[in-house]
Amino acid sequence: MALIELDLAHAYGPNPRTDDDYALLPLKMAFRDGGAYALLGPSGCGKTTMLNIISGLLVPSQGTVRFDGRDVTRDSPQQRNIAQVFQFPVIYDTMTVAQNLAFPLRNRRVPEAEIRQRVGRIAEMLELSGQLDHRAAGLSADQKQKISLGRGLVRSDVSAVLFDEPLTVIDPHLKWQLRRKLKQIHHELKLTLIYVTHDQVEALTFADEVVVMSRGRAVQKGAAADLFERPAHTFVGHFIGSPGMNFLPAQAVRGGVLVNEQPLAFQEDRRLPEGPVKLGIRPEYLRLGQAGDGRSLPARVSRVQDIGTYFLLTCELGGHTLKSRLGAEAAPPAEGDTVHLRLLDAHTCFYRDEQLVEATA
Amino acid sequence: MQLSLEAITKTVGPSVHLYPMSLSPVPGAVTVLLGATQAGKTSLMRVMAGLDTASSGRVLVDGQDVTRQSVRERNVAMVYQQFVNYPSMTVAQNIASPLRLRGERDVEARVRAIAARLHIEPFLDRLPAELSGGQQQRVALARALAKRAPLMLLDEPLVNLDYKLREELREELSALFAAGESTVVYATTEPGEALLLGGHTAVMDAGELLQYGPTAEVFHRPQSLRVARAFSDPPMNLMAARRNAQGGVRVADAVDWPLDLPAPADDGFVLGIRAGGLRASAQPGDVAIASRVELAEIAGSDTFVHVSSDVGELVAQLVGVHKFELDARITLHLNPDHLFVFDARGPLVRAPQGVR
Amino acid sequence: MNNHKPVNQKAWWLVLPVILCVAFSAVLPLMTVVNYSVQDIISPQRRVFVGTEWFVMVMRDSDLHLALWRQIQFSLAVLLIEIPLGIALALSMPAQGWRASVVLVIVALSLLIPWNVVGTIWQIFGRSDIGLLGHTLLKLGVDYSYTGNPEHAWWTVLIMDVWHWTPLVALLAYAGLRSIPDAYYQAARIDGASQWAVFRYIQLPKMRGVLMIAVLLRFMDSFMIYTEPFVLTGGGPGNATTFLSQYLTTKAVGQFDLGPAAAFSLIYFFIILLFCFVLYNWMQSLGTSDKEQGHA
Repeated sequence: MALIELDLAHAYGPNPRTDDDYALLPLKMAFRDGGAYALLGPSGCGKTTMLNIISGLLVPSQGTVRFDGRDVTRDSPQQRNIAQVFQFPVIYDTMTVAQNLAFPLRNRRVPEAEIRQRVGRIAEMLELSGQLDHRAAGLSADQKQKISLGRGLVRSDVSAVLFDEPLTVIDPHLKWQLRRKLKQIHHELKLTLIYVTHDQVEALTFADEVVVMSRGRAVQKGAAADLFERPAHTFVGHFIGSPGMNFLPAQAVRGGVLVNEQPLAFQEDRRLPEGPVKLGIRPEYLRLGQAGDGRSLPARVSRVQDIGTYFLLTCELGGHTLKSRLGAEAAPPAEGDTVHLRLLDAHTCFYRDEQLVEATA
Repeated sequence: MQLSLEAITKTVGPSVHLYPMSLSPVPGAVTVLLGATQAGKTSLMRVMAGLDTASSGRVLVDGQDVTRQSVRERNVAMVYQQFVNYPSMTVAQNIASPLRLRGERDVEARVRAIAARLHIEPFLDRLPAELSGGQQQRVALARALAKRAPLMLLDEPLVNLDYKLREELREELSALFAAGESTVVYATTEPGEALLLGGHTAVMDAGELLQYGPTAEVFHRPQSLRVARAFSDPPMNLMAARRNAQGGVRVADAVDWPLDLPAPADDGFVLGIRAGGLRASAQPGDVAIASRVELAEIAGSDTFVHVSSDVGELVAQLVGVHKFELDARITLHLNPDHLFVFDARGPLVRAPQGVR
Repeated sequence: MNNHKPVNQKAWWLVLPVILCVAFSAVLPLMTVVNYSVQDIISPQRRVFVGTEWFVMVMRDSDLHLALWRQIQFSLAVLLIEIPLGIALALSMPAQGWRASVVLVIVALSLLIPWNVVGTIWQIFGRSDIGLLGHTLLKLGVDYSYTGNPEHAWWTVLIMDVWHWTPLVALLAYAGLRSIPDAYYQAARIDGASQWAVFRYIQLPKMRGVLMIAVLLRFMDSFMIYTEPFVLTGGGPGNATTFLSQYLTTKAVGQFDLGPAAAFSLIYFFIILLFCFVLYNWMQSLGTSDKEQGHA
């Protein structure tokens, strides 16, 4: 259990000049002891690089990594006492489950009685107690991942557990169980957990705080709710949420905005610096409004999809495509209908140069 | 083209990969093969394509028996999970290959048109290895589309791509499928993907074909417990129930609910409700379930709450962001009319009408 | 019934020339050998069918027993030295970069030399007057003579074979090592495993497939070895290094006893088949648990 502080950058070559030369642009970040974090972003964004720097498998080209204030930048993963779970299960084929779990402890010459006790406890937590004497090689993928995880948890002084897209090879209905198990473990053992993924559902359900990354940059760090309600960058608005945030070009004027030359008025006391902006509203908040309520614009419904628990509407407004999530209770409009979409809402965000513009009261 | 599989089986040595099944995908539309890994989706697609011969049964194309015809003679396009492209040919040559093999004219123009539709025009002179995963898969898709085969098979084509990329490509695929005339068969393990693609869905489990029909219909009226289990994400909440003396049901030997079950059954029933059917606030007609929060997961605009209650462990999908403390006591509500009723042995007895 | 796959008949025409070649150069001669093994050929015109007489005679031949025993010892020694040495060599070869290519070429050099040239190289190498090895040993006070001393001859043949063929084992093991994903090594580092533990629990199990091929190849080749020892020692001194194939050749070509020679070659053939079968099944059984694993 450790407080992890990063103050570093990582470049591919020796003399980085432009942003493209960096795998990780200069950043400063702290991971609280006992917190659950997720590094979320598309492939190539640098999240695995950051994870490998934290674990010690990679040394950053500049800067430091500190565990509880101690500089560990050049320390090996062993010396940092971290545990890592990889994308595909890494187990020792020739050993049984119990031997696999005991392996890290045996390497440290922990007494046998203590090994048995810890292995038993971790096996129970991971629901592997029944398989302790089976050969690890014959188990299913999700059980093997649990063994990989167990090898990390079995050490009592592990400073952090790092996950590199661990649910990639797991079946969808087993992913639920494993996620739940991870959360329970977090709750019980209070370890620092850092999880890398490109799947926002995994990130948001797992972590207390999510770091959204893009092209080597940490774009926003915050709790799930913040990332959802007030994305600080259009990338976060687009990346989080399925489907992502709707964006419309608009012009900020006194008292409201112009979209497609049509005026929309702020209901509450809100002002934006005048000029071009991007209006962002999530499909979950894009509801149907009335003609003439000052906040809605007409749009043509091009597609209605029944997603079981909700309807997904795809609409065309002045050449832009907008998506709206409608609850399953009411009957949805039909394709070809014209509806009024309420664009201005308490949850609407505005962006200039891709950054969130705070409305002043 | 109308593809028909009649009583197809596939046995390899002692193991049965496909139990007898008949399937006629709707021509010109998208059929989704939904099932867990090892459910038989790939085996079925290979029989459809002609890569494997069925152990028994017939494969008919437009009424003609093609069971023994080799895949080269059948006009099929296939896209795999692993972004399969010819590594030593450029993107343009890759896309052109099926056209050249058939000796078509105007190859260059058609290659350009397809590349434009899939947004890979800037990469026409590059080798596949120089492209990202998503771009490579687009090249594979372009090659399949260029063939304009009446049957297009896609075996979990998006599974190796990033979440967001998957969303984008899925939308584009939907548009491409709608614009073309091919019959498309798309295999996936994710129920959500089946719902987003629409069309028709064939639910498979352990080598058996369980149900085939329009996707929304299969979702809202699963014919059996197995279909309900396979076609739910998060998993459907299931509770054992028996009729009680008051004309209602006794659920999990614990609580009584007012629910009129149809025919008497001694084995009892299994009641099912999807996570979205459980609510935090009561509405008229609801029954209350006292429960204890075991886990709350926030996913964007929904909260998934795992609770333990008198009727068992449940998962509820609540709209909005709710913060729950572990072990907090909350009450969930559901409308008994919205329950799926299954016979304890599997088949559906009643599905909720009209609402979800 | 409906089981045969749709087949393209044209392929058979392309295979026909190969079938004819193999039939001419392998199957027909093999049938000839079988034919000879059950006949006594007194002259080209006079042949007598003798049934299993030659087989019985060959099996009772005490010289054959000695040669067989020598051969078994040799093959065992070869395996015991070359397999671990090859693995050790593979472990120390660089994994990537230009250095890897250079080392690969250097390691593979001895495999490219024609086998009788190998014999000649060592023949000269071991001479006390002009050979580096012979002369050095002489200077060190060792009375080395591979022509006079049976033990020295044995060692020389053995070391010559090790020099010649260990690179094959090394290359196979190297290929096996390269196929292990990096994550295994990373996980082992994190688990605090020692180098030996990494070798025993990760590298060796994952190399199982290629090692099996290496063992089978080396066993078969060493059991049939002919050219190198023949060139080096001629089978001597006496018959200290006369292995099975040389014994057979002497019988068949030297003494022109076609019948017994044919019988013997068939027996030889079956011995090798038997050993390989047993070895293969044993190694397969060691790795059966891997079958269930599927792909990670």
